[in-house]
Amino acid sequence: MASTTTAFEKARAEDRAALVGYLPAGFPSVDGSIAALRTMVEAGCDVIEIGLPYSDPVMDGPTIQAAAQQALERGIRTRDVIDVVQAVAETGVPTLVMTYWNPVERYGVERWATDLAAAGGAGLITPDITPDHGGAWSAAADAHDLDKVFLVAPSSTDERIAMTSAASRGFVYAAAVMGVTGAREATSDLAGPLVARVRASGDIPVAVGIGVSTGDQAAEVAGFADGVIVGSAFVRALLDHPDDEAAGLAALRTLTEDLAGGVRRG
Amino acid sequence: MPEALVKALDELTVAWQDAMADEAFVSEFERVLRDYAGTPSRLYHAERLSRQVGARVLLKREDLNHTGAHKIRNVMGQALLTKRMGKTRVIAETGAGQHGVASATAAAWFDLDCTVYMGAVDTRRQALNVARMQLLGAKVVPVESGSATLKDAINEALRDWVASVDHTAYLFGTAAGPHPFPSMVRDFCRGIGDEAREQCLEQYGVLPDAVAACVGGGSNAIGLFTAFLEDEGVEIHGFEPGGDGVETGRHAATIHAGEAGVLHGARTYVLQDEDGQTVESHSISAGLDYPGVGPQHSWLAAMGRATYTPVTDRQAMDAMALLSRTEGIIPAIESAHAVAGALDVARRLGEEKGPDATVIINLSGRGDKDMGTAIEWFGLGDAEGEAEPVVATAPGEEA
Ligand SMILES: Cc1ncc(COP(=O)(O)O)c(C=O)c1O
Repeated sequence: MASTTTAFEKARAEDRAALVGYLPAGFPSVDGSIAALRTMVEAGCDVIEIGLPYSDPVMDGPTIQAAAQQALERGIRTRDVIDVVQAVAETGVPTLVMTYWNPVERYGVERWATDLAAAGGAGLITPDITPDHGGAWSAAADAHDLDKVFLVAPSSTDERIAMTSAASRGFVYAAAVMGVTGAREATSDLAGPLVARVRASGDIPVAVGIGVSTGDQAAEVAGFADGVIVGSAFVRALLDHPDDEAAGLAALRTLTEDLAGGVRRG
Repeated sequence: MPEALVKALDELTVAWQDAMADEAFVSEFERVLRDYAGTPSRLYHAERLSRQVGARVLLKREDLNHTGAHKIRNVMGQALLTKRMGKTRVIAETGAGQHGVASATAAAWFDLDCTVYMGAVDTRRQALNVARMQLLGAKVVPVESGSATLKDAINEALRDWVASVDHTAYLFGTAAGPHPFPSMVRDFCRGIGDEAREQCLEQYGVLPDAVAACVGGGSNAIGLFTAFLEDEGVEIHGFEPGGDGVETGRHAATIHAGEAGVLHGARTYVLQDEDGQTVESHSISAGLDYPGVGPQHSWLAAMGRATYTPVTDRQAMDAMALLSRTEGIIPAIESAHAVAGALDVARRLGEEKGPDATVIINLSGRGDKDMGTAIEWFGLGDAEGEAEPVVATAPGEEA
């Protein structure tokens, strides 16, 4: 299994930030999401995040929510998400699942960890569960050697940042704005100070997410973070080409290359 | 819960606990409810209905409160707390619109900026309440995502809150959601039961044999039930929206048919599929159309201290007509669920214990807002036309 930690170490050795790319599984279709995620890997993503589409995605903005809802309407199941993980992890890139908690609990935490590990998945990003309420997940992740990526926010206290960094494995996800996912014109001035606070609490890599959509924004964030997470912009590239898979993949490739260039300029 | 909201929820917990321990806050809350909202609400002996079922039926008249529902209690409490915390804006989600109207009212009264999220489906079936909120100065945002009902309005309000938490309070409308909301909402609504218990003892010299309320998220029910939890002889009944019938799958009977899970930051019963995706709920009453339920009700159900039973749309609408025709009281469709279910309980208790058997029904709100639905359901409003008068039947009787 590819290790997220190794991917971050490699980027650090090249004196750059890692590019983390997100798409929901099953969007635009199960096969379509596999093709799209593999394109993102080929074009320069260092780490892949696969979203598990959920009916009540409180932390997602309209773009990602629309994609997830489309996947659900087309009948995506939790089991399909594991299949997408397997197909993407085969490329050798560390592949994490970003998921709200209820679907995992429903699948069974232990069964989930077993199946995810067997598919070559690297671990989980859990936007609606914090380490102090994630005991069951932490135990299963430890038993299966899976990464545990928890989030910090600009509103997090220093104590909670320390607790979250200590409980995370792989990297810490710094949600850089107070708000939901979605591309933004300007990167947040809350991101730098937040990353600095996580750094002060230990040496786990910190990746910044929420709002980045261009190579220049990626370069700016790469100036102070270990990783740059991009989601809505990738979804948008596909949403903009609803009936033309080749054009969608070409747009995705161009965007990934732009962002990969950005993390190398930062 | 998302980490982004943890600090806000922690701050709210501390502020609420401080406030409840502060006599000045509690007496200000009581004063506002008394002078402005019109509490204590009456405990009214519905004599004609009582004769029909053979037991004493008492109605806790929350429908007589300012804005027409029990919701005003919770909202005045949370708005007072918002002022105390120095915040300037409130957001709220609403299903039937009663909580939205109450929030808009409190915002007007306390001079707070107010935005209300409402499922697009609900803005259509509760158009009158949308207009009321707007007249009161609130901005109403229709939510198109998901099933476009109450749960999606909650998602959208939470999203707003993540982005605005430094100056905005989220006035949560029911006893569900993340801690401290279920407990805080219970505290602000528990006057319903405290008053009813005292009024029943004072007026009839006995405790009731049963108390009953409808359960959407569960605020009016927990408000009534809390006072009676220690009274072992008092049966506690919650009535859930059974929609077209639980067996059809088109319902919102969360405790009856849901399974343990996590929704909106609470561990509780949730209507969900095998993958843990929330299933769309259905009820003729927008205020009960929620696929989750407050965690305290889950607990009371698991403990066996309270019984939760589904009531179908049809049974609720029949009860709405019955109460209107026999007592001259048009209940909210939410409350009509409680009436429908409680009359069966009353009939049974009347047979067991005689006509002094006493049942308190929480009449959580009035039916003005539901006239659109009633017009459609009963074919009303055509004075010249064919429409027959509605025939009101007591539950268990043939039409
Ligand atoms: C009159 C009335 N009763 C009951 C409810 C349901 O809420 P809860 O279950 O929180 O009491 C509503 C909600 O809108 C309502 O308007």
